[in-house]
Amino acid sequence: MRSLLLRRAKNHLMTALCAVGVLLALAPLASLLWLVVSRGVPGLSLSFFTALPTPVGEPGGGVGNAVAGTAMLVSLACVVGLPIGIGAGVFLAERGDGLFGRAVRFTAEVFSGVPSIVVGIVAYGLVVIPMHRFSALAGALALGLLMIPTLARATEELVRLVPGSLREASLALGVPQWKTSLRIVLRTARGGIVTAALLAIARAAGETAPLLFTSLNNQYWNLRPDQPTASLTVQIFNYAISPYEDWHQKAWSAALVLLLVVGGLNLLARLALRSRLGSSR
Amino acid sequence: MPPSTDVSLERARSTASAPAPGVRAGAPGRAARGRNRGDRAWAALLGLLGGAVLALVGLVVLSLVHVARPALKAGAGTFVASSDWDPVSGSFGALPFIYGTVVTSVVAIAVAVPISVGLALFLQEMGPRRLRPVVSFAIETLAAIPSVIFGLWGLFVMVPWLRDSVEPFLARTLGFLPIFQGAPIGLGYLAAGLILAVMILPTIASVTIEVLKTVPASLKEGALALGATRWEAIRMAILPYSRAGVLGAALLGLGRALGETMAVTMVIGNSPTISTSLFAAGYSLPAVIANEFAEATGDVHTGALAGLALVLFGVSLILNSAARLLVRMVSSGPARVSAS
Repeated sequence: MRSLLLRRAKNHLMTALCAVGVLLALAPLASLLWLVVSRGVPGLSLSFFTALPTPVGEPGGGVGNAVAGTAMLVSLACVVGLPIGIGAGVFLAERGDGLFGRAVRFTAEVFSGVPSIVVGIVAYGLVVIPMHRFSALAGALALGLLMIPTLARATEELVRLVPGSLREASLALGVPQWKTSLRIVLRTARGGIVTAALLAIARAAGETAPLLFTSLNNQYWNLRPDQPTASLTVQIFNYAISPYEDWHQKAWSAALVLLLVVGGLNLLARLALRSRLGSSR
Repeated sequence: MPPSTDVSLERARSTASAPAPGVRAGAPGRAARGRNRGDRAWAALLGLLGGAVLALVGLVVLSLVHVARPALKAGAGTFVASSDWDPVSGSFGALPFIYGTVVTSVVAIAVAVPISVGLALFLQEMGPRRLRPVVSFAIETLAAIPSVIFGLWGLFVMVPWLRDSVEPFLARTLGFLPIFQGAPIGLGYLAAGLILAVMILPTIASVTIEVLKTVPASLKEGALALGATRWEAIRMAILPYSRAGVLGAALLGLGRALGETMAVTMVIGNSPTISTSLFAAGYSLPAVIANEFAEATGDVHTGALAGLALVLFGVSLILNSAARLLVRMVSSGPARVSAS
């Protein structure tokens, strides 16, 4: 029988080790956020958001076309991703209890772990090869496909939070099921669905790998979806792996812009969820 | 208030907020079958949208095989066995990439799992409750950061730190091991493994926390009532119960690590060689696809890269299925909002 003292000491030791785990997990986050802000801020100016990229050594220049490109890519991706993702989520919540529903749910879960670069090649095969050209459409398709599985699962969870009594009340009044779904369930879950959609959009805006060989890049302004398009993430990647100090600075500033976009979307998502759930409780 | 009561209260609350599944499944389904055309159309539309998710997998396989066909025709059997990657002369040996992917993932898991489990235990079982929302918020933030920013940070912050401090230190103290030999250049397997560890940590930690929440409070209360210290209760009651779930969490992390592209591409050194030392530059499957696909020299090269993507897709499907099944075994029921 070991003494109580020894056992207590071991308890404290393990508690301390686990606390160290917390610190080790948070240290990289703190370092990353601090460096992106401190190195990114000096390069920010109004022209950084409006100007085209300049060649090495030429002062000024910005990532205006990349910001516009990311906006275009993500909006086009929403056209593919939002209806299917949200629709599949509503399906899972409303009719997902059978064998078919379980199969769809499992597929969505498993598919959300598929590497995004693989989906990039899928879009390459579906759009770039037939069109013989890199294009924003191909990049947007890749991002849209990537949105679907996580969006479906998140939508399901949030639609399922709608109390069953609301639905029953509507059905008891003789309202058909489809009207109940649309007018009662979905309207109540609207805040949650908006949250899920915003999170999906934030993730899509931060994707790089599937864009490398679908939307490629572009040094100029482009608003045509059938042309190669710049994006913030690919621009950061190209600047970062270049050997030039000047471009490294731009990579940090662009990273700060991307972080603000993604962080802002996440914050909005949180607010949308809180205001809806807060009022319904 | 003793912590055990807190846990059971929390569990009661979480089951109360989830709607009872039986309530809506029965009667409305029957109503839809019969009289109303609108209901049938609505059901068909939803079924179609759900089916689209299933169709997605077929679409991915077909499209990958289509792009990979030129290489498959040229004899893909030799693919995996060779370590000679020279697209210009037409030799496509994938061994260096498979090796690099495996090594970096193993490093990532070895570093991330103990830290995540420690973090989860501290948050859920040991530390002050006030800490929970703060740390969960931080973990969510970490999970939301785009991987290209991790790559940027890795390239300009972590790699110099590894080169100047960590690798010389490891070489001095553990240099007798073959994995810690060679010139400390910063870029390489170690850098890629560590950045992967940071990136998969949120996944493993959040799933582990969810798994820990499903441990029945009575198990821990029993151990504590018998006079166990908190750690003994964890080791003897909580960990055995949640072992399968933690394994599932680790597999989910592994699945992410295998497919992670940008951050690895930026710090692994991109050299198609096989080295025993973790300090050496290497290559990984996603990294070679990212670097070479857009400028591939001809159909066979493109096809070979798509073939690698097919391998990656298959492995990630298997890993993710296994992980989901394991996690589900422990925490049956869809009470996992944060995992998505």
